[in-house]
Amino acid sequence: MLFTSYEFLGFLAVLVVLYYLVPKRCRWMFLLGASYLFYALAGTEYLAYILFTTVTVYYAALRIERNADRQTAYLKEHKGKLTKEEKKAYKDRQKSVRLRWILAALLLNLGILAVVKYTNFAIANLNGILHAFGEAFGKGESRQFSFLDLALPMGISFYTFQALGYLIDVYRGTVRAQRNFFRFALFVSFFPQLVQGPISRFGDLSQTLYAEHAFDKRQVSLGLQRILWGYFKKLVIADRMLVGVNAVIGDPEAFQGAWVLVGMFFYALELYADFTGGIDITIGIAQTLGITLQENFERPFFSKSLKEYWRRWHITMGTWFRDYIFYPISVCGFMQKFNKFSRRRLGEAVGKRLPVYLSSFVVWFATGIWHGASWNFIVWGLGNWAVLMVSETLEPLYDRFHQRFGAGGTGYRIFEVLRTFLLVSALRTFDCYRSVPVTFRMFGTLFRARNWNILWDGSLLGLGLSPLDYGILAAGTLLLLAVSLLQRRGSVRERIFAKPYPVRFILWYGLFLTVLLTGAYGVGYDASQFIYNQF
Amino acid sequence: MEELMEILQDLHPDVDFETEEHLVDDKILDSFDIVSLIAEINENFDIAVTAKDILPENFNSARALYALIQRLEEEA
Amino acid sequence: MSENERNAESAAEKARREDSTESVENKKYRAWLRGIVSALIVFTSLYLLQRLLVPKYVDDVVEGAFIAEYYGEEKDFDVIFIGDCEVYENFSPAVLWEQYGINSYIRGSAQQYIWQSYYLLEDTLRYETPEVVVFNVLSLQYDKAQREAYNRMTLEGMEWSPAKVKSILASMSEEEHFLDYVFPILRYHTRWSGLSGTDLEYMFGTKPVSHNGYYMRVDVKAARDVPKGRILADYGFGEKPLEYLDRMRELCAKKGIELVLIKAPSLYPYWYPEWEEQVEAYASAHELRYVNFLELQEETGIDYSTDTYDGGLHMNLSGAEKLSVYFGRILSGEMGVPDRRGETELSLSWEEKLAAYEAEKQEQYRYYGMKQ
Repeated sequence: MLFTSYEFLGFLAVLVVLYYLVPKRCRWMFLLGASYLFYALAGTEYLAYILFTTVTVYYAALRIERNADRQTAYLKEHKGKLTKEEKKAYKDRQKSVRLRWILAALLLNLGILAVVKYTNFAIANLNGILHAFGEAFGKGESRQFSFLDLALPMGISFYTFQALGYLIDVYRGTVRAQRNFFRFALFVSFFPQLVQGPISRFGDLSQTLYAEHAFDKRQVSLGLQRILWGYFKKLVIADRMLVGVNAVIGDPEAFQGAWVLVGMFFYALELYADFTGGIDITIGIAQTLGITLQENFERPFFSKSLKEYWRRWHITMGTWFRDYIFYPISVCGFMQKFNKFSRRRLGEAVGKRLPVYLSSFVVWFATGIWHGASWNFIVWGLGNWAVLMVSETLEPLYDRFHQRFGAGGTGYRIFEVLRTFLLVSALRTFDCYRSVPVTFRMFGTLFRARNWNILWDGSLLGLGLSPLDYGILAAGTLLLLAVSLLQRRGSVRERIFAKPYPVRFILWYGLFLTVLLTGAYGVGYDASQFIYNQF
Repeated sequence: MEELMEILQDLHPDVDFETEEHLVDDKILDSFDIVSLIAEINENFDIAVTAKDILPENFNSARALYALIQRLEEEA
Repeated sequence: MSENERNAESAAEKARREDSTESVENKKYRAWLRGIVSALIVFTSLYLLQRLLVPKYVDDVVEGAFIAEYYGEEKDFDVIFIGDCEVYENFSPAVLWEQYGINSYIRGSAQQYIWQSYYLLEDTLRYETPEVVVFNVLSLQYDKAQREAYNRMTLEGMEWSPAKVKSILASMSEEEHFLDYVFPILRYHTRWSGLSGTDLEYMFGTKPVSHNGYYMRVDVKAARDVPKGRILADYGFGEKPLEYLDRMRELCAKKGIELVLIKAPSLYPYWYPEWEEQVEAYASAHELRYVNFLELQEETGIDYSTDTYDGGLHMNLSGAEKLSVYFGRILSGEMGVPDRRGETELSLSWEEKLAAYEAEKQEQYRYYGMKQ
């Protein structure tokens, strides 16, 4: 069920009404039922996957915690009776038990993710290699493997990460394991975030997910308003923009040079409106139900550097990779040794950086491939890595430059914001064109572009977007910008909430009508369709 | 504590670590800083700060960080 | 606004609220009132918007208005035609009345598929049971809807009934959605950029565009070089159309209605001999009357150089009147459809209709620069 389908809206409406009708104590159970219904509607064959992850992680977490508790109790009981060596040996033994459990659960769940998500990618690469060998040795036909017919279960990347984050937290002892299986099942399957995140932490979400939520008019209103705002972004801007993106990006042969820039900006805007709009809907649904989800964006396009951008875009994914991949790799024993080694060999300045660059590389490779099983995403991830590392390395140089020329005024900040936007948008095109070589080729044509006249000679109207569409897109983008600027001083919805009723009514009903009348949804009304063809 | 202060000042000469209480929350220390910090601490204090110790409450102030170091020294 | 200022403001607001001497009762009452007024504004404005945005089918594409016109009638017809343009452009109920006293109505619409015809029959039977139902067989060739626009023109005009629901469900293509039929504003939500004065003028009412379902055209465009049909891979009618033909036949049998199959004399779309064979076989197997006007050129007197307005696809007024004279003879002579010219009330209503018929005829002659 897509967020933008009538079915989903119907599902949501029924869900919210029933949610506040069932007794408070049972509301989380009702949500569990609804989440599984939502999942089953996407395909009952996928239920096995999410159930498997739920069961294995639930059980492994319990075993790990039981072991840790036993260890604490044992040490307390034998306090003063054990020698240091005995204590250490006991601790190590216990730790290896816990390690076995977590490794088993990690391998099983990541294994499933890898198989359903990456098998065909691996086969394609293998076939490519075999083909190249065949050519090289003149064998003619080389052996080729056929692709597996595996459907990707809905939200598997998100719920797997969310569940594994919980498992690692239990292992680290930062959260207590959830003993109630059904409560844990709700944490894994909570339906609004199955589609595109955010990836919640158990420590945060468990605070509100199981609480008894009374009907709170304010929360419900604010939640519904946020949902509406999300639909505005998705239906009025993103889905309309998509027409233009598909036209330009879908036909790289016809749209080169200056068109690449057009496609790049269209895609940046489309992706922003689509993703942040979807998250607005997700968080809005949770708020309507009285549940608080982590924010996933913090006005990312106002970032002054790529590094800052990644702290403000898809935040829950970024922190997940940081906490569960970047930190463990960076501080593990091997890296610490490597750190010493490289500093001794290469000197403080360079040697200190090398290990960090290496673990960042792993993180960005993983980030890339997590987004999708293709070289496009890998190159995109590593592109981000390269830019981040270069700017990290040059930072002292920048600082000196800024001090020397007193850069720091508003004008310079705007320049930095625009520069970052351009950079982010350019990197993003890697996951947009059909392949990496095509992307590079298109960038090549951009730098040799002679067709800048397309920007004003009406060619833009040949993309399937009418002047009216461009007007709506421009107005919608300005509204997004204005709201983002206002947001710097706190929630806009809460400020509107403090206004008198007629003002609120006009604003929100106005937004609703805007979505209704200018949203790009349904069987598009096309006047030409109604010109009666004589039969 | 002095040794720790030195490491911190080396990393960010412009920050007053005596008073700053929100090093992580206010994004004064980013993930790269934390990783290099840990490398320094591990070497100088001969302990092993692990990923599970990387929590905002352990890195938000010099005092909290020192408390972490002491705890790890004790355990070792 | 800083946190403190905000707190101060909400505190002031609270104080104001406490100051007011309004009773709890009164507040509750006001909240209810506010809710009701808001709901009224929302529903009224959405309704008005919907009325404004739906196509009116009064000026250019009048075919979309035919289905709805039926509901304004007395609904006491002896003959009901169902089918596509091959019924609503080829037979004139006015002539059937004038010549034979047959009270008939055409429930035709552009590219009406057979399941839609069937459900229109069900719909009609909610009001009346005619003696004869005439179905044009051209639509047997389609086993699924070809264009959403045609679905719209047939389905939108129907009044809500189980028949309409079933017809929508049978017609929808994958990208269509039932809700779009319930709330047409969802379907036509972007039409605001193309509104015209007509949309305001006919927001709540409409004007008659047909004559008992007959779409009049007086102009002439002779048929020339009618293309032969392309070779088809499969000439067999689909399962779905045949199923609905069976259902139509059974329903008529159950209600004691005589079902007549016809094929209008349109030269195009091409009527394949293979199709003709299947229809003939079906008609004889079930003892149905089947009239193929393509083979009756001499008897009807159709002249393709003067009796069609679009080169042989559809009859113009002259052609339709000739066909009606011929077909009326079958209906009244061979099938015994009664002559009701003696009924005063009915005659009076027909007098009005004939006047309107005559008036439009004259207007069209003027419009096309023809003299009669």
